[in-house]
Amino acid sequence: MKLSGADIIVRTLIEQGCKTVFGYPGGQILNVYDSLYKYKDELNHVLTAHEQGAAHAADGYARATGKVGVVIATSGPGATNLVTGIATAYLDSVPMVAITGNVPSSQIGTDSFQEIDITGITLPITKHNYFVGSVEELADTIRDAFRLAASGRPGPVLIDVPKDIQIAKCEYVPKEPVTPDPKAPAKDIRITQAAECINSAKRPFVYFGGGLIAGEATEEMVNLAELIDAPIGCSMMGISGVPTNHPRFLGMQGMHGHYACSTAMHNADCIIALGVRFNDRVTGNRAKFARGAKIVHIDIDGAELSKTIPVTHGLRGDVKQTLQKLNSLIEKSEKPLWQKKIEELKQKEEQGSDKREGLTPANALKTLNNHLRPNTPVATDVGQHQMWTAQYVKFENTRRFISSGGLGTMGFGIGAAIGAQMGSGEHTVLVTGDGSFGMCLQEMATAVSHKIPLVILILNNGVLGMVRQWQTLFFEKHYSNTVLDRKTNFVKLAEAFGAKGEAVFTVEELDKALANAFAENGPYLIDCAIDKDEFVLPMLPPGGSMDDIITKIGD
Amino acid sequence: MNKHTVAVLVNNQFGVLNRVTSMFRRRQFNINSLIVSETESPRFSRMTVVFEGEETTKNQLIDQLYKLPDVHYIKEMCPEESITCELLLIKMKNEAETRSDIRAAADAFDAKTADYTKDAVVLQLTGNSRKVDSFIELMRDYTILEICRTGIIALERGSETILQDEE
Repeated sequence: MKLSGADIIVRTLIEQGCKTVFGYPGGQILNVYDSLYKYKDELNHVLTAHEQGAAHAADGYARATGKVGVVIATSGPGATNLVTGIATAYLDSVPMVAITGNVPSSQIGTDSFQEIDITGITLPITKHNYFVGSVEELADTIRDAFRLAASGRPGPVLIDVPKDIQIAKCEYVPKEPVTPDPKAPAKDIRITQAAECINSAKRPFVYFGGGLIAGEATEEMVNLAELIDAPIGCSMMGISGVPTNHPRFLGMQGMHGHYACSTAMHNADCIIALGVRFNDRVTGNRAKFARGAKIVHIDIDGAELSKTIPVTHGLRGDVKQTLQKLNSLIEKSEKPLWQKKIEELKQKEEQGSDKREGLTPANALKTLNNHLRPNTPVATDVGQHQMWTAQYVKFENTRRFISSGGLGTMGFGIGAAIGAQMGSGEHTVLVTGDGSFGMCLQEMATAVSHKIPLVILILNNGVLGMVRQWQTLFFEKHYSNTVLDRKTNFVKLAEAFGAKGEAVFTVEELDKALANAFAENGPYLIDCAIDKDEFVLPMLPPGGSMDDIITKIGD
Repeated sequence: MNKHTVAVLVNNQFGVLNRVTSMFRRRQFNINSLIVSETESPRFSRMTVVFEGEETTKNQLIDQLYKLPDVHYIKEMCPEESITCELLLIKMKNEAETRSDIRAAADAFDAKTADYTKDAVVLQLTGNSRKVDSFIELMRDYTILEICRTGIIALERGSETILQDEE
């Protein structure tokens, strides 16, 4: 059966198991949109307000489901508007396929209207990209993109399709959905050496990141921690990888990590790191990071081993299979002294915790916790609210914390929340700040059009809180361009978009508002006023070590 | 900082050179020389890259290069186990008072005359980089008009090939 390139794109997406795609039409992708019209019963296209929102939605969809997220845009500005979304997915290893139209092949390289070299632009932020040269290679290119996006360490892939390729016809034969490349455990010798190291440890610490979620190895990780009687901590990308209330779990480590977690890691003599990449927000001063510890690092991406800090045992392989083999070589042991130390740290953390009354960030998020169900996705933007969410919100199931870790993309949240809702089918929460929300709030329109059950909780302090925090601590309170003297009425804004909303000033009001919001079958905005001088604590100053940890302001 | 010579076997397609060199740029490696050419197989091109960098960053670069779908094999060419060679073209001013000295030096280095006119002579020399460097150094006593050198190409000694090194 001969089909046009545009039809082949849509049919191949359906063939690959795609149910929902996100995007925005335009001149050089019109043929694909004509095919989307034709196949609308088989493939749901979600029109966003801006291509960036579509890219974040595809990303959120992928994070919530583990499936490949798909975004479609036109050439030129449509394609460049995807760039932040693609980079966000790249830094957080999210599987995504971006399809862009481009000017006809005969006009490529002539600077024609809305022509841009998007494969050139996205080269450093994709696992790979393709410029499709003929309609005959189109279907297999899309299949290969799906395979590549989901294989090994996942990531985004872009396919640029000139308009004439969308029009040209060729034979199309449907194929089975591609499967990711097979994964293998690390080499046996490496696993044996790592097991010896772990067996001789007195103060082991299990530490995981987003790779554990992608590798679906929570059970194996917990088994290891049980075997060696170790506490568990995670990077921000690891949040929701293990239930928050798991007795061994100390929470997030790093610049704004939990005190007990960061301190336990600092005092460990053996860190077993699973699907993490020792980012600078995790290590602080690399020279002083966990100096007394041997590090066993398991990652599917060999290039991560000893990339930022030298590791004792680097194991390249699938984290689940490697852990299964490793666990069989581990001797069960109890470490009462180490556990005693951990308990002391937990108590110290509890003693130092924020116990103030009123609508503090901590109390706002603890109130939110009372309304969450085990499967509720909670998305964030970037800044103080993101760190508070990482610190205070309780998760039970994996893939439920949707947050931009590596790139730290303000404006990520609302698009990602829409995508996560569509992927999960669950009433979803977006915790955001007035600064971040201001960046991409036009996606309120998308949420309204598609009746997305979405609770938007704005922790509104009228400032760019995280930057302000740094200005307070490191720039002598020079609040340069961080005071948002905007007068935006977010409730009226929600109403203008066709959504509901309310402003809250007390914990009780917030509690009621959340009940209203979860009862609403659509977006519901809560403008939650917090003080502008709230701090995210503890804080390791950038480039600092555990010796420099700030636990209180004004000491 | 050490000098490294790395051979990279890549898909013979447009854009691949850009993908590989982009990785050098991102990690801020300065490339001393780079040669791309076709190979015994029409599927592959072979890049020979000479660059300076610390051992750990070099290893990181190789690991990152391996993640590119267009990269198939990478081989670090160590000096003892490989033959390296480059080609020099050097254009000298042709003057009566220096002509015989230049000729004598060229003979000593086995350089050929590639072009000869009233005002200029182009010499062609192949050999390892050190030999090429030495010859250029000698020529600096006279008037050099223009220099062009290819940079290094390298092959392993013996029967082993880059294809056998697949991980």
